[in-house]
Amino acid sequence: MDLKDLYREVILDHNKSPRQFGRLDPSDSSADGHNPLCGDRLHLTLRLDGDRVSDLKFEGKGCAISVASASMMCEAVKGKSREQVAHLFHEIHEVLTRHDAPVPEDLGKLAALSGVREFPVRVKCASLAWHTLNAALERSDSTVQTE
Amino acid sequence: MSASPKAIAGYDVERVRRDFPILTRLIHGKPLVFLDSAASSQRPASVIAAVDEYETLHHANVHRGVYQLSQEATDLFERARERVRGFVNARSTREVIFTRGTTEAINLVAQSFGRPRLKAGDEILLTHLEHHANIVPWQLVAEQTGAVVKAVPMDRRGVVDVADVAAYLNERTRIVACAQVSNALGTVLPVREIVKLAHARGAVVLIDGAQAVPHQKVDFKALDCDFYAFSAHKMYGPTGIGCLIGRESLLESMPPWQGGGDMILTVSFAKTTFNTLPFKFEAGTPNISGAVGMAAAVDYIESIGIEHIHAHEQRLLAIATEKMLKVPGLTIIGTAPDKASVISFTLDGVHPHDLGTILDSEGVAVRTGHHCAMPVMEFFDIPATARASFACYSRESDIDALVAALHKAREVFS
Ligand SMILES: Cc1ncc(COP(=O)(O)O)c(C=O)c1O
Repeated sequence: MDLKDLYREVILDHNKSPRQFGRLDPSDSSADGHNPLCGDRLHLTLRLDGDRVSDLKFEGKGCAISVASASMMCEAVKGKSREQVAHLFHEIHEVLTRHDAPVPEDLGKLAALSGVREFPVRVKCASLAWHTLNAALERSDSTVQTE
Repeated sequence: MSASPKAIAGYDVERVRRDFPILTRLIHGKPLVFLDSAASSQRPASVIAAVDEYETLHHANVHRGVYQLSQEATDLFERARERVRGFVNARSTREVIFTRGTTEAINLVAQSFGRPRLKAGDEILLTHLEHHANIVPWQLVAEQTGAVVKAVPMDRRGVVDVADVAAYLNERTRIVACAQVSNALGTVLPVREIVKLAHARGAVVLIDGAQAVPHQKVDFKALDCDFYAFSAHKMYGPTGIGCLIGRESLLESMPPWQGGGDMILTVSFAKTTFNTLPFKFEAGTPNISGAVGMAAAVDYIESIGIEHIHAHEQRLLAIATEKMLKVPGLTIIGTAPDKASVISFTLDGVHPHDLGTILDSEGVAVRTGHHCAMPVMEFFDIPATARASFACYSRESDIDALVAALHKAREVFS
């Protein structure tokens, strides 16, 4: 196991200076994510323009993996259509959970999250933001749990 | 700078370590530095062998067969009960009820003692530093009966003041339930004083001894509490076994908790008569090999001497506290003057979860999270801590490995 695989430069950078951090007010939808095991919590707000996520922000506290994942996700998702987001979610899910899944080229920065799969107990940290995004898109206001 | 406390005369930690086969393991290619004994301690070869021997040579169901093997199993099981009785100085084996562990023991008391007696408005008094196992069973019974759960506060060090306990006690307090040692903070509570105060108010006292029994001599009779709960797996024994020690007169007056085999004398569809203590509270086939292992763990602790283990761990606690505080950005959560060998801490800029992963990559096993004590985390306004805890086999070089790994974590997140 190589720590450098988990804590890649880009992940450390997004943890230190999260992008899209804060809260959109007004917003069209929001959701809370909570990982009770480690106490990670995040609140996601987003604005929709038709079928597109025109803007989204997150706030909360968490480990480096969950903060970086949320930060990179918000950056990547901004401006994308629901269908594109669903596709991205699927790709990330594969990359995080399937050991042998190839890392798709179109993932860009998000490819850095692939290191997490070598650390199975941390996968939930990386996926928290994504599940929260799904919940917000489904307009559910319920708290998402990764436990 | 204060000098390192001197090694405890005659305590040969390297010899102790040879009793624990798992300590030779490599983790990610590095020697295992196991600093999570407060969650569950490792087992010595003698405990593993006792369980193995039971399974290999003596197993049958207990208390039912007339044949040789069943008698052997029954003898071993009942001898284990006597062994545990002596270990915590209960008055008789009728006071020693085997359970799955601390959690089940507390639930037993909440449901069998609390539920029939508690009335709306009655109070159950806890402290702020309890493990969820000593909170949730009381909330459940409070919901069932209309009783109210209250918690005695603690200060910023994690100390529960006896004066506050006195102030929270009143004529409605029926049950006081508190830890003897906090698993999240290490605080040792003044349980003897708490028992006296509670008894003066006519309340019954349960002590959660899960974190006390492995570290210090426990004397149920001298403590004079009414119930005492603990788990074998935190005192070098197997998982899935533990004890409720209860005052005989109270246990006699309580209805059974679960129904089934072993807890009855006669059953007809019209009426069932319950078995005598302790069997009344042990429905179904018990964890026989667990009890055998628990007794072997008692033997093991007594072969070293609990007071020697205590002195050794206190020395490590002092050394670790001093060395860890030199790591920039490190804060120890839980600074009571009287502490067991448990150190909860945070490191600025590194989330405990990340810390756990980085320490693990160095072979250092610490617990990270809320330690099943969310009210404690809330009190200190942190989501989680990392926690290092020591046992009889911990050594000074473990602390050095921990400190080196902490520096590495700071580097990764610099
Ligand atoms: C103080 C305290 N109480 C209760 C428990 C629960 O023990 P068990 O899980 O063995 O039932 C623990 C274990 O973590 C503990 O530390």
